[in-house]
Amino acid sequence: MIELLATRYAYLLMFVLLGIGLYMTIASQNLVKKLIGVNLFQTAIFLFFVAVAYVEVDGEPGGSPVVPATENPASSDLILASPLPHVIVLTAIVVGIALTAVGLALIVRIYSEYGTLREDTLREVRADE
Amino acid sequence: MSSVELLPALLVVVPILLATVPIALGLRYDRTGWSVTLATTVGLFAGTVYLATVVYGGSGTNQEVAVIHELGGFTAPMGIELVADTLSTMIALLVTGTALGVLAFTRVGGPRGNTFYSGYLLLVGGLLGLTMTGDVFNMFVFLEIVGLGSYALISSGRGPEAAVAALKYLIIGTVGASIYLIGVGFLFMATGSLNMLDLAATVPTLEGQNLQLARAAFAFIFVGFAIKVAQWPLHSWQPDAYQHAPDGVTPLIAALVSTVSAYALARLLFTVFGAEFIASTPYASEIIVTVGAVSVVAGSTLAVIQTDVKRMLAYSSVSQFGLIVAAYGLLTETALVGALIHLIGHGLMKAGLFIAVGIIAIGYGARTVDAYAGLAGERPFVAGSMAVLLIALVGIPPSIGFIGKWYIAVGAIEAQSWLVAGVIFLSTMLTLAYVARLLERMYFTPASALEAGHEDTATVGHAVTDGGTATVRGTRVTIGMLAIVIFVAALAVFLGFAGDAFFALLEPFVESADLEVSP
Repeated sequence: MIELLATRYAYLLMFVLLGIGLYMTIASQNLVKKLIGVNLFQTAIFLFFVAVAYVEVDGEPGGSPVVPATENPASSDLILASPLPHVIVLTAIVVGIALTAVGLALIVRIYSEYGTLREDTLREVRADE
Repeated sequence: MSSVELLPALLVVVPILLATVPIALGLRYDRTGWSVTLATTVGLFAGTVYLATVVYGGSGTNQEVAVIHELGGFTAPMGIELVADTLSTMIALLVTGTALGVLAFTRVGGPRGNTFYSGYLLLVGGLLGLTMTGDVFNMFVFLEIVGLGSYALISSGRGPEAAVAALKYLIIGTVGASIYLIGVGFLFMATGSLNMLDLAATVPTLEGQNLQLARAAFAFIFVGFAIKVAQWPLHSWQPDAYQHAPDGVTPLIAALVSTVSAYALARLLFTVFGAEFIASTPYASEIIVTVGAVSVVAGSTLAVIQTDVKRMLAYSSVSQFGLIVAAYGLLTETALVGALIHLIGHGLMKAGLFIAVGIIAIGYGARTVDAYAGLAGERPFVAGSMAVLLIALVGIPPSIGFIGKWYIAVGAIEAQSWLVAGVIFLSTMLTLAYVARLLERMYFTPASALEAGHEDTATVGHAVTDGGTATVRGTRVTIGMLAIVIFVAALAVFLGFAGDAFFALLEPFVESADLEVSP
């Protein structure tokens, strides 16, 4: 268990963040905080992808593909972190930003129509109509 | 690279690029959006038809007839492929055809404004991308593009409710797509690849820890898509979104968004994971069947108690997609063909039904089941077409709804899954319950009893809310709108005779899915 915590803490952190994000999305009454929760949820997944890409050979951490990388002492190959997940994360960040922008635009419109950002108040206002 | 191989890429890139044109031209000219969108959609439809003649004209296995475009010239498995095989071509035909029909409705039926048409093109481009992509991460990106397009279109509705419905859809939909992305992450950890065909070759060879990872990936991907396809209890975004979206948007979203997501689920289940993986994973097939079966019962039951017609049809979608998902879980060839036919048939019928609902709202001012009273007498054509489509939805022959359900039922009996066979029978009864309610109102209740349903048509007209073009013309029912609905109703009946043709066209895909395993 201790060893798991020491070596795989990135994955644990990711699932904790994932849980916080999902809880915020469900439990918070504030629409903006809900959207922040969704963002946190997505960020946890990005961290997960970055953690997946990490490579270690005989305790030597792999370098980034852009800067000069560490050499594998055994085979004189370069040890590189996998670049593919990084590309995925970059794309996913762009998608996430677009979603946040649309979400915030919708929240602005809801605020101008109902004058509230709280879900419970919103429910009351809509029930009255 | 021959010119045919460019088509899959053009079908995706052209609508997304041209989505900027209505906004750019909108700076100078007021009403260009519709013309630009029409030209694009006609082009896309023509391109897809040509693609279909090439794909279905060829002979051989699914891989041999498929038209494959390697983006940027990077070969698979490193590069991203766009694949038009026998199944994705059929879905692409449905997407472009429906987009063209719904576009004709929006000419007068609204919503108007150049930004609306930008969203429209973006959505169509995203749907075509989701249909043709051969890469699991690329699928996530297109899933989000489709999502963005639908959120924007739903919120173009007139009332404030539309924004709330769109935000609800955005939050739930994003979580769903993100859960799918986690699944992709696990799959990447297990196999080191993102290309679908490469994954299909790697997944059966996995063992030990990697097999566990692939199973976790399967679970995440299934749950993510259950949200996107709107399976009970993850469907809650769908009724609100369908009900509050403008009348010109609901047919497009109801007919295509969940349909293409369900197609993507089939692609992942049968091409990426493969039937053998599902059969060898404990309880996987049972869980898929149960989720589908529960959605069928819950969706139809909720549909029966609705008063708003759009909302009723939305819950009906939950139950019809439940049938499709349950059929995926049966893992037999017949059930898979049935599910795919029902996927296309349901898309077609829902497009027709929601256009009919839009016409009735514009011309008759009716939105609730009660207000439909006496419709048959006053609007015989639209009421007649709607009746045909509703009866087709129940699954009464000859109609496309019948052949879909028939193949699924035969598949359920082949798999000796009496649960699904029973659920299909029950769902037909429940579908009949809500369809009969509407038919009774339209044909047998006199209008005079419920005069309150007739709102002034002027209040139903759609104002443009996004500020683009501020002109509010009175909406009216045109001959063209009626013609679309009558055409769709006729097509739903005509395709009822085409069961064998569907089977023959889809056979290469179903054979490639390799369903000869006994679950």
